[in-house]
Amino acid sequence: AMAVSGTLSILRSDSYADLSQYRDQHFRGTRYDQERLLRKSCTLYVGNLSFYTTEEQIHELFGKSGDIKKVIMGLDKVKKTACGFCFVEYYARGDAENAMRYINGTRLDDRIIRTDWDAGFKEGRQYGRGRSGGQVRDEYRQDYDAGRGGYGKTVQCQ
Amino acid sequence: SNSSLESNLEGLAGVLEADLPNYKSKILRILCTVARLLPEKLTVYTTLVGLLNARNYNFAMIRQLKECLKVNMYNEAVHLVRFLSDLVNCHVIAAPSMVAMFENFVSVTQEEDVPQVRCDWYMFAFLSSLPWVGKELYEKKDAEMDRLLSQTESYLKRRQKIHVPMLQVWTADKPHPQEEVSELYYLDCLWSQIQKLKKDRWQERHILRPYLAFDSILCEALQHNLPPFTPPPHTEDSVYPMPRVIFRMFDYTDDPEGPVMPGSHSVERFVIEENLHCIIKSHWKERKTCAAQLLSYPGNNKIPLNYHIVEVIFAELFQLPSPPHIEVMYTTLLIELCKLQPGSLPQVLAQATEMLYMRLDTMNTTCVDRFINWFSHHLSNFQFRGSWEDWSDCLTQDLEKPKPKFVREVLEKCMRLSYHQRIIDIVPASFSVLSPANPVCIYKYGDESNRSLPGYTVALCLTIAIKNKASNDEIFSILKDVPNPNQDDDDDEGFTFNPLKIEVFVQTLLHLAAKSFSHSFSALAKFHEVFKTLAESDEGKLHVLRVVYEVWKNHPQMIAVLVDKMIRTQIVDCAAVANWIFSSELAHDFTRFYIWEILHSTIRKMNKHVLKIHKELEETKARLARQHKRRDSDDDDDDDDRSSDREDGPLEEQIERLQEKVESAQSEQKNLFLVIFQRFIMLLTEHLVRCETGGIDVFTPWYKSCIERLQQIFLQHHQIIQQYMVTLENLLFTAELDHHILAVFQQFCALQA
Repeated sequence: AMAVSGTLSILRSDSYADLSQYRDQHFRGTRYDQERLLRKSCTLYVGNLSFYTTEEQIHELFGKSGDIKKVIMGLDKVKKTACGFCFVEYYARGDAENAMRYINGTRLDDRIIRTDWDAGFKEGRQYGRGRSGGQVRDEYRQDYDAGRGGYGKTVQCQ
Repeated sequence: SNSSLESNLEGLAGVLEADLPNYKSKILRILCTVARLLPEKLTVYTTLVGLLNARNYNFAMIRQLKECLKVNMYNEAVHLVRFLSDLVNCHVIAAPSMVAMFENFVSVTQEEDVPQVRCDWYMFAFLSSLPWVGKELYEKKDAEMDRLLSQTESYLKRRQKIHVPMLQVWTADKPHPQEEVSELYYLDCLWSQIQKLKKDRWQERHILRPYLAFDSILCEALQHNLPPFTPPPHTEDSVYPMPRVIFRMFDYTDDPEGPVMPGSHSVERFVIEENLHCIIKSHWKERKTCAAQLLSYPGNNKIPLNYHIVEVIFAELFQLPSPPHIEVMYTTLLIELCKLQPGSLPQVLAQATEMLYMRLDTMNTTCVDRFINWFSHHLSNFQFRGSWEDWSDCLTQDLEKPKPKFVREVLEKCMRLSYHQRIIDIVPASFSVLSPANPVCIYKYGDESNRSLPGYTVALCLTIAIKNKASNDEIFSILKDVPNPNQDDDDDEGFTFNPLKIEVFVQTLLHLAAKSFSHSFSALAKFHEVFKTLAESDEGKLHVLRVVYEVWKNHPQMIAVLVDKMIRTQIVDCAAVANWIFSSELAHDFTRFYIWEILHSTIRKMNKHVLKIHKELEETKARLARQHKRRDSDDDDDDDDRSSDREDGPLEEQIERLQEKVESAQSEQKNLFLVIFQRFIMLLTEHLVRCETGGIDVFTPWYKSCIERLQQIFLQHHQIIQQYMVTLENLLFTAELDHHILAVFQQFCALQA
């Protein structure tokens, strides 16, 4: 009976639309609140964008899973220029789920982009949290990434 | 492998048999669910059932079948029927009782005053089980089966087929040289396959039949009779599956080095396609699992599996009216398949693309749209690498012809996913005539040389004011000075339709906000009041749309998002957008893809709006009902009847208001469709009359595009349009109409008749 039940749970599986392990450490509220918001959210965080990827490109790609309410570009806190992430908010949760299933892990501007559930945009969250103003991941990385300002900030300062 | 499957089954049966007394209902429930939802593995599970020889199993399944039919779950019902019929092969169900059930199915075709799609489904449920159980049934009850088959033949002959052309991917007026790839109605295709199967004495070699290995055990079991099954009667709420055609791309000539593809009339082809469709249906949410399951379909070395998979995926993608799943799923699934089979699948996909390109001249416009979307998105995942030179034949053709049109639209979509210079770089120089325009804004007051244009100075004023963060009131006062070219005596209030005011304001604002979508949206929001006032009248709305087009005609994507925002913020309404699309100013762009994306998006917004208010109304009614129930249950302390009436008051008022809102929304929705149909009829009639008097052929590329766009409206929104049949018949699609146009309506009527 277990073997057959196992088959049935495969049919219900929707791993791409599940919550990931990541939780925003700056979230104000309990873990429980955060997860409740994530489970009904229509907003996605999109990462690993090129600094040159435009709102228009994001709109075109993410529009394939449904009508977009808003795109908010992630900005360098100091320079106020794009720093490689954004938020995409849909009108309907189902459309956001389809983006998680079919757009997450595919390419935009030749880069594999990553999407994740977001608890909801709040003013201030459009800025990178790295010390230099961009995203944290660009502070310490050692590799050269032409679409993300070249070497990581720490490497650049050496 | 077969032997390990058999030993697994034996082991599993042993384990379950021990559990059976304790967990019988649970196991039965699981097996029922598996029968409904995992049809591609049905023979494995029927064997299991046979080994268990569970009693009362078939009663549970019949009950499930009845439930499925009552709630219009026809896919699952077919799988249950097929499961039951395979149980005959496992000696669980007695063949005569299965034949009796099929006799009841076929007799549905004798019912009077029922939709043809109902009869079609019961016929399909019967025929589609025959690859599995035809042999056994024919051996036990050949006379009855012969009768059923001849009843089938006469039904198929007399049923009407006028709606079939509406569902075909390729228009049939230029028949394909390869008969193998003509698109048959799904029942006719299946019938030809069953006829061939019968001729081959029901020998079917593709389906995996684990029960054959256990025949000696299964033979000894006691067979049960299926309880008699009467098809539930047709009701007003019954909604049967939409008719469809069988899409084919490949035949035995297409993979010369590999195994031969089963012929289009072979039952093997049917079984393979059914099973692959079922796998997609089971795993559509899990793209990696789906790809892996497709590629591990048994029979890999005997059939050209990659070709079947690609064909089945495109069949779904191009299905009319709509694909079974969201379009983007298929793009991503094909990418996963390419990842898993990098040495073979991309080549098959390239072959498929080439084949589809070659047949663009006769491809249905809606399917071309989907091909454009798929191909451009696919390319964007592979650095836009394409052998464009292979398609240089399209460069010598008229730009309105399907092939160059396709390339133009693909390049435009590719640009949207990247940027203009990238597209210029990836195509050969010879293709520049098909390259998209640089998506820059056109500001008519931009140059000093334009200073003689009326409104030029006001535009300058506005620019300065807006840059200095002017309020709506300040904008109004600047605009007050703009003369109205339409009127001799100025209306003091200045709020009647003034095209020049609209022009100056909208041009200037959009130009200032041109940097990005967000900038433009902010501008629309900030000056919403001005927009609402200027666009108050219907002519005002139309003119706003015209100016938006003038400014952004190089950037169709921007036009689309602005129109969307303006509808959502009620600056324009849906009918205005419809009228604008059919206006003479847009005639030049009428056949471009983006126009139809805008129109269908507009209709969808209207539909969603109606549903939303309707839902609100139902929810409020439910709240009132709950309130009444609560009150009725505390009736004992009813000393204050008046207060409870007062409680009802606000809710009842709300319901009345919502009822009005629903009615007005539904009326707006109906009006939208009527406007669209009316404009189509006018446009098409004009063309037909012109051709007739000029003695030229009606069937130009423009005409094909236009008539198929009309069909697309019917197909894509068929459920809603069904409500308007009487109005359409009496008001618009009357007998006086040209037969070309009337035919589209008649085909639509036949769809669910």
